[in-house]
Amino acid sequence: MKFDTVIIGGGLSGLTAGISLAEAGRKVAIVSTGQSAMHFSSGSLELLSCPGNPIEAMAKLPSDHPYSRLGADRAARFAAEVPGIFARAGIKTAGTHEANHYRLTPVGMFKPAWLTLEDYITVENPADIPWRSACVINLHGFLDFYPDFIAAGLNRAGVSTRTVAISAPAIERRRESTTEMRATNIARVLHGDTAKELARAIRNAASPDDEMILLPAVAGFRDFEASRMLKAEVGRPMAYVATMGTSVPGVRAQLMLERRFTALGGTYLPGDTVVRGHFDGTRLKAVETANFRSDLLHARDFILTSGSFFSRGLVATPERVEEPVFGLDVSTPVRSPELFNKDLFSPQPFMKSGILTQGSDFKAMRDGLPIENLHVCGSALAGADALKEGSGAGIATLTALAVSEKLKNNN
Amino acid sequence: MSTLKTEYDVIIVGGGATGAGTARDCALRGLRVLLIERFDLTAGATGRNHGLLHSGARYAVTDRESATECIRENMTLRRIARHCVEDTGGLFITLPEDDLNYQNTFIDACLAAGISAKEISPDEARRIEPAVNPSLIGAVKVPDGAIDPFRLTTANIIDATRHGAEILTYHEVTGFIRSGSAIKGVEIRNSRSGAMSKAFGNLVINAAGIWGHLLAKKAGVEVNMFPAKGSLLIFGHRVNNTVINRCRKPANADILVPGDTICLIGTTSDRVPFSEIDNMEVTPEEVAVLIGEGQKLAPSLATTRILRAYSGVRPLVADDNDPSGRSISRGIVCLDHSTRDGLDGLITITGGKLMTYRLMAEMASDMACRKLGIEGKSCVTAEQPLPGSNGKPDEPTATGRFHRKHIIDLPTEQLAAESRHGDMARSIEWTGSDSGALVCECEQVSVGEVDFAINKLHVHNLINLRRRTRLGMGTCQGHLCACRAAGLLEKADKCTSDALDDLSSFINERWKGMYPVAWGDTMSEIQMMAWMYEGVAGLTPDLTSEQQ
Repeated sequence: MKFDTVIIGGGLSGLTAGISLAEAGRKVAIVSTGQSAMHFSSGSLELLSCPGNPIEAMAKLPSDHPYSRLGADRAARFAAEVPGIFARAGIKTAGTHEANHYRLTPVGMFKPAWLTLEDYITVENPADIPWRSACVINLHGFLDFYPDFIAAGLNRAGVSTRTVAISAPAIERRRESTTEMRATNIARVLHGDTAKELARAIRNAASPDDEMILLPAVAGFRDFEASRMLKAEVGRPMAYVATMGTSVPGVRAQLMLERRFTALGGTYLPGDTVVRGHFDGTRLKAVETANFRSDLLHARDFILTSGSFFSRGLVATPERVEEPVFGLDVSTPVRSPELFNKDLFSPQPFMKSGILTQGSDFKAMRDGLPIENLHVCGSALAGADALKEGSGAGIATLTALAVSEKLKNNN
Repeated sequence: MSTLKTEYDVIIVGGGATGAGTARDCALRGLRVLLIERFDLTAGATGRNHGLLHSGARYAVTDRESATECIRENMTLRRIARHCVEDTGGLFITLPEDDLNYQNTFIDACLAAGISAKEISPDEARRIEPAVNPSLIGAVKVPDGAIDPFRLTTANIIDATRHGAEILTYHEVTGFIRSGSAIKGVEIRNSRSGAMSKAFGNLVINAAGIWGHLLAKKAGVEVNMFPAKGSLLIFGHRVNNTVINRCRKPANADILVPGDTICLIGTTSDRVPFSEIDNMEVTPEEVAVLIGEGQKLAPSLATTRILRAYSGVRPLVADDNDPSGRSISRGIVCLDHSTRDGLDGLITITGGKLMTYRLMAEMASDMACRKLGIEGKSCVTAEQPLPGSNGKPDEPTATGRFHRKHIIDLPTEQLAAESRHGDMARSIEWTGSDSGALVCECEQVSVGEVDFAINKLHVHNLINLRRRTRLGMGTCQGHLCACRAAGLLEKADKCTSDALDDLSSFINERWKGMYPVAWGDTMSEIQMMAWMYEGVAGLTPDLTSEQQ
């Protein structure tokens, strides 16, 4: 099989690169092992967690940070492209890279965000929330949503908030099994008549004084239809708050980006894994996957977006940290105790572990030599503590767009 | 400073197995009992060991007295603490690098101590325990088992309170109230609020484990203890169903114990200074020893995920005439400070081991009764089953009977709850609309069981809840269930800021056991845990408490 570009990793970064290249008419394949970090999304994309303008705040980052290597101008240009890529996939977002807004977390904290999925609650400024009262509504028996924590957070912010629990018959039936009341299972039944019944229950539970109704984000994992319908049926200001555990809107965004990619003619290979590369000197000629074996995937260029430890783009052994597919150079090849801080909330050096790259197109390296046509994007890159910085989604999308622009210009 | 209303016959300091057992024993004899624990029940060495129901075989060659005590208590605990004990049996294996001649010495010593020890062929050993190192050249079968120290301690506390004992967790004894050469009570600090209070009693029993050294100092007497740190690793599933020991003189990392859904390898043994006992970390060197030696017992440990590492501190007690600590007694030490130091009103019970907690409690309670002049109250704890273990031995408990009669499978969460709480599981609600819903999927802990624990098992925070139910002890180490449980605790208590601080502390405590073994799947897990709690939820560290 022959492609212009083969992308290894089907999460946010791989899909962004894949869609961008496919929109330019390139023939692209994405090999995806399984779930991505998007399945545990907060509903928001973060560029850089700070009050105000995240692009300006990039100036303070160290020189080996992926953003520093892009430079503020390119970072701003790519950041401006992302909402359009999402919108063309059917995903509307709120927010801009010129000023962070705030998302509301599942335990009632406010955190800076860049783009937030359209149906989630956002505020411009937690110290000045325009709605003065709210009702947080949970579904009976749903344990991954915490109305009391959210209410406490809103009350701290001066919004008078109360909590209610409601249900609908089809959702009640889920409760007969002890493990069924999870976000994705609820999403599976929350459409049609069930959504209408739930909307009725919401209307009954909310009082006319509630200026905002907040619900757990459990509506619609294939598209926005259920979420929009529920909102329309309730007919009042209503928005969703992230749940813990699997994120329904995260799964939805992942699926919609996948559909957009395949609609553009892209080849998405789910449940497959690249096991090794076939090199010709410093060029990667083809990759071999677990499913296709000898039927190699050939391409002019390759992009590695296999993620960090969580996605197994990096693998740790008791002694070493490795990039498992190609044996690429990583920033922390020795798994030493210094990579860990005994306090979870302190900076964890291992979070910055990643693949070493060269140039503005993030060429991977092996034994100190760059591989001309293998580029690395997203959280597999070394040099960023995406958690502490609040930069995960920004690095994933901006580096993907930087590399795909380079590939588009190359030929 | 406030004063507790009652005056007590005995004030017991320490909420480990020994303190809890002593509280139960004294309460059963009709004494007015107050137990004071600085943190949570089982927060010290009780909750940080193998959970091995020793047959005594380990000590048979080197310490006959300990071996005899062990096998006697082993048989007793199988009767009185059935719901805390699993009869796994144990093997002592000889590997090619070991001296096979030692096996006969070992068997002879076991038999002399009253421990049934039977030589079996390596083939038979491989049949009994398929995980055992297949290259073994000798094997001996002994009546080892697994015991859950959390359940055991909780059951003792429940029985003590049923017989009138009062339990104060998260309270620290900061000083003694004296009258002349006698102790008349204790000064107590609330570990969370800092509020001070007093309690008066005729006798104080120091059952504080290694911390008893420091407590004795506060009373002006010296009990010469040495902290010995022992580290262990928990694996992500039960590799073995039989306890596997090395048939040689006791050494590092030579016991692999199955327990519930996991198995444990341990221990190391190193003296540490007192300054470290509240803040122990498992070192990379200890992890390496544990993995290296563990693989010799069961080679598949090499490819089994390690869930976490932890360590406890044994109180080693030096003989009174040897302050250097070279001559250490591994046995039970029960000191009457009146005859020893001329200080009335204080007993220290220390040394010993989890296996002999009941015997230690009996010795301390006997001494207490003698000193208080109470006659005709003998110990009944060797006969009277603990709460959870009522019913005839060998007879299935209520749900189990139902299960057999109807030949149906109970839902796993009900079976799991029964295995954890024995007959007490009857008071868990299953029919309420939410009560069957699972909070912790790894360990199958339901909303009903969490409610039961909150109401009946001295649960004030998530760490308490984990120790009482195993919530958060499984493969995800709490990252999926901790927030759910925090939501339930918050509902019961209605204080959201405390609940979120508690959640931070809980997650951080899980983290501390994970990072020393962070590679493979555990590495993925810790990154995801950090992302979920600090990233998605936006939790911040709890700067307010030092709860344990």
